[in-house]
Amino acid sequence: MDFQPTEERRMLADMIGKFIQNDYPLKARLTAGTEALGYCPKAYSTMAQLGLIGALFDEEVGGFGGSGFDIATVFTELGKGLVLEPLNDTALTTGYILAQTDQLKLVDQIILGKKRVALGLIENGADYDWSAPETLAQQTGAQWQLNGQKTCVKFAHGADGLIVSAQTPSAPGISLFLIEASAAGLVEHPFQTVDGGNACEITLRNTPARLLGVEGQAYPLIDAAAARATLALCAEALGLMERIKDMTIDYMRTRKQFGSVLGKFQALQHRVAQMLLEIEQAKSAVINAANDLQAPTDERNRAISAAKYSIGRIGCAVAEEAIQLHGGIGMTWEYDLGHFAKRLVMIDHEWGDQDYHLMRFAQS
Amino acid sequence: MDLNFTEADQAFRQEVIEFLNAELPTDMSRRVHADLPVSKEDTEFWHAVLHKRGWLTYNWPKSFGGVGWSPVQQFIFEEECAAAGAPRILPFGLKMLAPVLMAFGSKEQQEHWLPRMCDGTDWWCQGYSEPGSGSDLASLKTTAVKQGDHYVINGQKTWTTLGQYANMIFCLVRTDSDCKPQAGISFILVDLATPGIEMRPIRTLDGGQEVNEVFFTDVRVPVSNLVGEENKGWTYAKYLLAHERNGIANVGISGQKLARLKRLSLTQKRGGKPLAEDPLFAARLARLEIELRNLETTNLRVLDGFSKGAGPGPESSMLKIIGSELEQNFDDLTRRALGRQAQAHTPEVFEPGYNGPQVAPQDMANQSAAYFNKRKVSIYGGSNEIQKNIITKMILGL
Repeated sequence: MDFQPTEERRMLADMIGKFIQNDYPLKARLTAGTEALGYCPKAYSTMAQLGLIGALFDEEVGGFGGSGFDIATVFTELGKGLVLEPLNDTALTTGYILAQTDQLKLVDQIILGKKRVALGLIENGADYDWSAPETLAQQTGAQWQLNGQKTCVKFAHGADGLIVSAQTPSAPGISLFLIEASAAGLVEHPFQTVDGGNACEITLRNTPARLLGVEGQAYPLIDAAAARATLALCAEALGLMERIKDMTIDYMRTRKQFGSVLGKFQALQHRVAQMLLEIEQAKSAVINAANDLQAPTDERNRAISAAKYSIGRIGCAVAEEAIQLHGGIGMTWEYDLGHFAKRLVMIDHEWGDQDYHLMRFAQS
Repeated sequence: MDLNFTEADQAFRQEVIEFLNAELPTDMSRRVHADLPVSKEDTEFWHAVLHKRGWLTYNWPKSFGGVGWSPVQQFIFEEECAAAGAPRILPFGLKMLAPVLMAFGSKEQQEHWLPRMCDGTDWWCQGYSEPGSGSDLASLKTTAVKQGDHYVINGQKTWTTLGQYANMIFCLVRTDSDCKPQAGISFILVDLATPGIEMRPIRTLDGGQEVNEVFFTDVRVPVSNLVGEENKGWTYAKYLLAHERNGIANVGISGQKLARLKRLSLTQKRGGKPLAEDPLFAARLARLEIELRNLETTNLRVLDGFSKGAGPGPESSMLKIIGSELEQNFDDLTRRALGRQAQAHTPEVFEPGYNGPQVAPQDMANQSAAYFNKRKVSIYGGSNEIQKNIITKMILGL
């Protein structure tokens, strides 16, 4: 047993940390988050050149990583810097689907940061369940056409392509389709997200598309892609929490009230101590999930759900507690904490919240 | 023991409901229910409507022009106003400064300032907290030095809510530094148009702008604006805080949030079925409903104590802690009910003529921002930690 990261992953983490420190100021991130694309193409491209996307893929498909621990390493570091760039939404998840369906040329472009492909699975935005899309794909000759709508498709605006799920008349089960950004009948309505960023409501009307993989057989593929996306979110949340904890401790060491720094009040000490042990539990959950990413499906999904549940519960608690311990300053836009807290809470709203994963774990 | 409202109370409730049905514009209640930021226009409009009916000063004693309602009637009024989505009465003048002026102000001050807060002449804001003095309010450093018939004020206040709309501010200032911090504080009224005052907005984490910092540089304020005695300000401040916390259980607002959440849970889908049928969600909702029922009775028990002459006391701290956390928990659960839609930040859907995408149900379009914004309620008005200190000292005697 060895809980030390490998030398390669330590170097990867250091490199990402240095990139954030030198080239990714929070102010620029906040500005990019409110602009049309909702992210910063230049930073995204630099990160691809540094190999951050390559680290998310197997050697077989043109990457140099791709294991659970590679994904966790990259996203924990991105979380520490509150990095907005859509590596999860338009590279990791869709790149995996494309790699598994023999679209290796496009995967190369994704790894190089030259193309982005978004993923639209959900149709009712209240729901986390992607297993029964109503979007309909029909074939005329060799050509597929899609009709339907997708909601809260993250960072779809400005992407080069879109993967969507659909049902087909001839096969039960879900199928996946690739749509070009310029395809006819594809209409997107972008909107801002509360954590800074962008998503789209999408409608498809007789939109031409290419079938990915085997018709009606996409469920296990989406499930595996979802496992990667969820692991990445959990790792990102862990990075966010580490930083939030550090900010809170720093504040407790410097803020004086009643003639003493806050950190000297026992009632507050115990609350930060509680925060620390919760975060340690979250970290263990992420390690378990990273370790089981390659495990048989049931085992993998149990570990993923255990992690997402833990992250959801602990993340919200840490975000709220850190703001409370800071007081008014934690409520301001100018102070970093609030932005970390917003992202941390919103992670519970992607790929299933804590209740969704608690139930999935219980029923597995 | 009898937990029923009397027949008179029930008739009174009906009167309030009828008034709200007749007077509260639909678009205004829609904005309030959607947790949009408080607008100056809506507040001034609603104050005028209430003033006309004589209800704006519903919690003032009759001798000062109040309606003489019992604490239970005041509670019913607040509950129905919240349920209907009426804009909140701006507390700074009517609920915070007014009781201080009634108890400690001169007759001239009462006659001058009280009518002006009713007819909308003055919009008051609060100058209490400072950058270095939050929970430890008594350590405040803004000074007021007497020069002839003026005080000269220098320093900085912060977290001044809706100061951008205000023309008057009441401040705690230091008039003596050679004593225990609490013993050198005075309570003074300042016209914001006085030279030397600068108000700067503070943007909050949800992107909103409702709080401000206020800078005072050699600001000359007439001595006649001092409330009560010099160096007695801390006593008045404590009196004010007890009054502020009085209505802070916010049972009405939480009740309205419960109703809204129940409606939402019937239309939102989880696993293809109504969210209300999701056992984990149903359990979360049930827990909050139980807490609210308990709080309602706790609140009425405290009010009953007040009506028997106990006056606002440390029990207010209890209501503030439970009430603020419960309100936050309703916002938290509403956010959860939105699922992926909670990510959307689209306050623009409330603008007239908007025809873009609607991600969350329309009255929920500002909900996530509101959830983050409401983290403030356990911080302001004396943080919940400070309230626990008060309970520890005043009730537990520890």
